[in-house]
Amino acid sequence: MTADTVLDGPNVAAPARDRPDVRLVGAPGEPRAERLYRRMRFIRRFEENVLDLFERGLLNGTTHACIGQEADAVAIVEHLGDHDHMFSNHRCHGHFLARTGDAFGLIAEIMGKPEGVCGGIGGSQHLCAPGFMSNGIQGGIVPSAAGIALAKQLDGGAGVSVVFIGDGTLGEGTTYETLNLASLWKLPLVIVLEDNGWAQSTPSRANLAGSMCDRFAAFGIPVFEIDSTDVEELEAVAGRAVATARTQEGPVATVIHTYRLCHHSKNDDNRPVDEVAARWALDPIEIQGRRLAPSARAAIDTAVESALRDVTDRALSL
Amino acid sequence: MIAARAMGDALRAALEEDDRVILLGEDLTDPYGGAFKVTRGLSTDFPGRVRSTPISEAAIAGLSAGLALSGYRPIAEIMFGDFLTLCFDQIVNHISKYEAMYNGKATCPVIIRTPSGGGRGYGPTHSQSLEKHFLGLPYLRVVASSLFHDPAAILRALLAQHSPVLLIEHKLLYPLHLMLPAGGRIEGDIAEEHVCADGLPAVSIRPVPRKDCSFTVLAYGYQAELARRVLSRLAVEEEIFGELVIPSQISPLDWEPIDASVKATRSLLVIEEGVEGFTWGSEVAARISARFFGELRRPVATAASDCTVIPASKALEAEMLMTPERVERAIRKVAA
Repeated sequence: MTADTVLDGPNVAAPARDRPDVRLVGAPGEPRAERLYRRMRFIRRFEENVLDLFERGLLNGTTHACIGQEADAVAIVEHLGDHDHMFSNHRCHGHFLARTGDAFGLIAEIMGKPEGVCGGIGGSQHLCAPGFMSNGIQGGIVPSAAGIALAKQLDGGAGVSVVFIGDGTLGEGTTYETLNLASLWKLPLVIVLEDNGWAQSTPSRANLAGSMCDRFAAFGIPVFEIDSTDVEELEAVAGRAVATARTQEGPVATVIHTYRLCHHSKNDDNRPVDEVAARWALDPIEIQGRRLAPSARAAIDTAVESALRDVTDRALSL
Repeated sequence: MIAARAMGDALRAALEEDDRVILLGEDLTDPYGGAFKVTRGLSTDFPGRVRSTPISEAAIAGLSAGLALSGYRPIAEIMFGDFLTLCFDQIVNHISKYEAMYNGKATCPVIIRTPSGGGRGYGPTHSQSLEKHFLGLPYLRVVASSLFHDPAAILRALLAQHSPVLLIEHKLLYPLHLMLPAGGRIEGDIAEEHVCADGLPAVSIRPVPRKDCSFTVLAYGYQAELARRVLSRLAVEEEIFGELVIPSQISPLDWEPIDASVKATRSLLVIEEGVEGFTWGSEVAARISARFFGELRRPVATAASDCTVIPASKALEAEMLMTPERVERAIRKVAA
């Protein structure tokens, strides 16, 4: 190792959207119900497309799809602005797409292309864009997000820092060090716990003692709990949670009981077939899709397919 | 001025010069002012920017990471170097990773200061020099304070760049007076300063011109002071002349001042206080042996503490740690 292996690049933490794709985020003025559907549909199809590319041998490494959990990020993002920050985990594609709208940057990154958002170095789990970061270590991102919240507090604005964790993350000690500090210092931190019932292959009941929500309550952190895959219900709860954090009176936790409809990573699903099948009845894409006029839904589906094919082909051609 | 006070003044200057500097750590605030009193007075003068934290080393490191990602310049104190283990994940998988894995889209310029080392009878978990576990970690600078480098200059240089830093401060240095080079001299010795990459200093101390030195000693931190005392005495009492090279940044290493000395003396001893095996000295020995193969007059020598726990008993601690006597024995071997 020589002295020139020390990097010294620019600091670009200032949020401003990079390359939003309107076919993903929706054109300005699109009705809310359609926008929410479009974003979830795009995330779903993006993830299915990634899994398909793996099957076809076109991708290297691994991935963690968020199929079934698309509504969570889409709901939270409805309440975030450019001065807020979002930190995500290994299962970050949906969070990234909802936040940045940069589908091409993500698919190119997963393909390992220099044109990807992190030049192909980060890959599926390690993404950075204005107002967004992710890392693949369970729990380790929570203090990073709290530090960003402290920066928001010191800046004196109304910005909030959001961090997505899973039910499995509750096994990591760093999480609790951070909950204590964030509450003690009244940091504008929004912890979004996506409880999908399974930590990789282990059910929550075999991992977790006591109550999930009480863990936050023990630190004096208000909990907004919801058991739903309905993006409109989630959006309402997210609004209350983010608004509470924005008052700068301390962190909040949003506990979302949801379900992962796909395997943890790739071809590693040993969950009971009946359990998974039953949860498809609560598919968030269907719940929202039924609210749209069939023609509007079909138009979005067509636009999403075309956009997805476009970014995938562009990235593959590089 | 004693090293603890000089470090405190350096931190004060950093707080004054840059509003983005934030100090975090356990028991930092007044009236206590830190376990080694380095930050005494700072929380009173910079309220809100010098913060005592709960006993949560991972969160201290992690919050520092988030501050740094947001453009602040956090300087965290880990009360004892032994506790670095509690923030290892934050340093390895977060702080030192962000800039590189995000392809330069973010920087994470966290500085972690930590009092390290033995000699105070604190026993197995409050006396260690654990820095060897952080050497060679991609994109992390490991820097060691000494009596021969101005802490204010080091801190200024570190704050002028964006790599994360682990700053090792041997606790036995705190009550000792700095001995900074002045007019090319430290006490009676010749002192040659070398500015390494990004302004971090190394200093070479020799009692006589380099051509008259028969060996080179490479050391950092408190071991550098122990070596200086021995070399000074050997020069005066026995006319044995060796050159001491003291880098401030120990990883990555700027080889120039080391090479320059070894090229002349063709003999090298590397001293460190951490336990022996897979050490800083091993790495230096491998590099120098490869570079000067055929020119060295003897194999590169290394000296380190025994590979065992550090006993609390003063007598037992002295048996396994790099003491002044042990430093002298190691130096006499290469001087023979």
